[in-house]
Amino acid sequence: MAEEKKLFKVKIDNISVEVEPGTTILNAARQIGGDIVPPAMCYYSKLEGSGGKCRTCLVKVTKGSEADPRPMPKLVASCRTTVMDGMEVANITSPEVQDARKGVVEFLLLNHPLDCPICDQAGECHLQDLGYEHGADGTRYEFKRRTFDQIDIGDNIKLHMTRCILCYRCVYTADQLTNRREHGILGRGEHSEISTYIHKALDNEFIGNVIDVCPVGALTDRTFRFKNRVWFLKPVDAHRNCDKCCGKTVLWMRGDEIFRVTARKDKYGEVEDFICDTCRFDTKETSAWTIEGPRKIDRHSVISQGHYVGTVKPKDTIVEVMDGRQPRLLMDIHSISQVNRPEIDLSKIDGPAHSDDFNNAKS
Amino acid sequence: MPRYLVCNADETEPGTFKDRYLMEFLPHLLIEGLLIASYALGSHSTYIYIRGEYAWIPDILEEAIAEAKQNGWLGKNIQGTGFDLEIYVQRGGGAYICGEETALIESLEGKRGNPRIKPPFPAVKGLWQCPTVVNNVETLAAVVPIINIGGEEYAKIGIGKSTGTKLISACGNIKKPGVYEIDMTISVEEFIYSDEYCGGIPKGRRLKACIPGGSSVPILPANLLLKTAKGEARMMTYESLNDGGFATGSMMGSGGFVVLDEDQCVVRNTYTLARFYHHESCGQCSPCREGTGWMKRVLHNIEYGKGKMSDIDLLWDIQRKIEGNTICPLGDAAAWPVAAAIRHFRDEFEWHVKNPNAAQQRNFGIAHYADPLPVAAAAV
Repeated sequence: MAEEKKLFKVKIDNISVEVEPGTTILNAARQIGGDIVPPAMCYYSKLEGSGGKCRTCLVKVTKGSEADPRPMPKLVASCRTTVMDGMEVANITSPEVQDARKGVVEFLLLNHPLDCPICDQAGECHLQDLGYEHGADGTRYEFKRRTFDQIDIGDNIKLHMTRCILCYRCVYTADQLTNRREHGILGRGEHSEISTYIHKALDNEFIGNVIDVCPVGALTDRTFRFKNRVWFLKPVDAHRNCDKCCGKTVLWMRGDEIFRVTARKDKYGEVEDFICDTCRFDTKETSAWTIEGPRKIDRHSVISQGHYVGTVKPKDTIVEVMDGRQPRLLMDIHSISQVNRPEIDLSKIDGPAHSDDFNNAKS
Repeated sequence: MPRYLVCNADETEPGTFKDRYLMEFLPHLLIEGLLIASYALGSHSTYIYIRGEYAWIPDILEEAIAEAKQNGWLGKNIQGTGFDLEIYVQRGGGAYICGEETALIESLEGKRGNPRIKPPFPAVKGLWQCPTVVNNVETLAAVVPIINIGGEEYAKIGIGKSTGTKLISACGNIKKPGVYEIDMTISVEEFIYSDEYCGGIPKGRRLKACIPGGSSVPILPANLLLKTAKGEARMMTYESLNDGGFATGSMMGSGGFVVLDEDQCVVRNTYTLARFYHHESCGQCSPCREGTGWMKRVLHNIEYGKGKMSDIDLLWDIQRKIEGNTICPLGDAAAWPVAAAIRHFRDEFEWHVKNPNAAQQRNFGIAHYADPLPVAAAAV
């Protein structure tokens, strides 16, 4: 007896979508996709119980449901609020939500050290993206930023507590993925910190995944520390036969050298499959991997800029724009600029262009 | 599925001490209330979660529980009804946040006292994922007279929707601080100045402001406290105290009635409260974790003569961005006192900024007085 499942009709920013009962507003928005998806710093679909903490995904429910059309009195966290039939949600169409989100971003950045220039996460940091999209130009905080005593949590993982936004993702990961959680939140309020009880190294076969789930640079890969910037590296899909995990990873390479190994992440920065620490930290020889091909990074971030997969040549629309007139060269910037050297083919330079490339070409 | 009743005795709100009085002097009343409520709910294990700082009260409660057990009012097959009930007293660790019902449940389960994200509410999924009712000591103690005299009879006490009695813990600049049971038919003016209740303000000083419902509710200046914006006398009822919303009113809250006389500084008072909420924030969600500390630091600057005019607007903006955007009501509780202080006493903040030295020497700003001076006070 096939019982027909009733789908709930939800309207998010006036776009209708039909979702299964029990879906959260955030996931309904992700089914629509595009700009209306609220940002999420702490929610992680693969981790049960995550979400609701960072408050960046706040949305306004303008109509509760078909049965009870009253709006919800407060803004709600879309990652933890399930949809009702006939619910209407305002995200980017509500100035109130935009204002609240701006406030939340300011709070998240309040004590953040903004040490992006020396942070390994820069380029793939969710807080960077969030600050760029929703943040203010400057901070209004005039006080000392909080600092913590550095603790050593092992040879593979580096903890920078000052960068942490306390999303609890790594705690849930350790709880749900590994057989023993060795770290957690100590302290209360502003002084809460990720720590191990009586400084103990995190030592577990799957603990490396906390690096992948960390939205900021609080937990980074020690084997990759200060080696390279992520946007200079080529992400390549690869796999190997691993008896512990799926073995499907992304290698971040430059030339033939593997700089680091991560799990495959989707558009929202969530991993597709968790990988083991042997794959992540100990397998850095190209010969150990079967390379599948370049990885397409969907995420709206700097790291999606550094490769040429799936690049579509822009259509020649300029003629249409100019009412059929052919574009005409008004000024050749190369002949005027003293910096650019048109005779040097930039695409032939290995890696980023350096002043030496120009100086050496002079002769 | 088992159901649980939890008695919230984590009374940590500054200015509130009514539950302490009930548990210290009338523990049997609470146990009787718990017994009736547990019977109604079908709960066989009932918990009293008590604040850690009330170190001596668990002993009183446990003694009373032992007495009740001896006389067959607790344990197996109570008085031959076939109903079993055990009451356990659980000491908290002294965190304000554990007074929030879901944080209390987490703490009772032995976890870190972080509030849960609602829904689901405790009535659906509470203690150990079972339906749970969490109620305050005063609420559960009120069950007894309601059962004894009947609901209709009990509802005849008081006026309007504010029926029954309410315990008010009065403190601050009054002659007779203490816990008062009122039937909610008296006015605020009578409550402060009559000899039956607070007995007026000592040393013939004048009333400046009052926090009528525990530290988290908005502070009211004397003129708005005694008379509503419509010019009617403000009564000690839920509706009347809330009259005018937060613009010109406040809340009954937990009944912590803190009176400030003309020598008290609202800026200092607000700073103290902000410091409290900063200390007690659990750190789970970002607006409260970061915002409370920020407000505290800005208020510290203003209080200690390092403030700027723009700081007042900044404070207003911070509290606006905390309020309503947090997981639990602690964010609101931290934002409301600051908002109300700026709303009603902005000139005092400005005076602090403009006269940093004077603000240091004199521990009070400019005063708002009840105008005209209440007759009862003038006679003293």
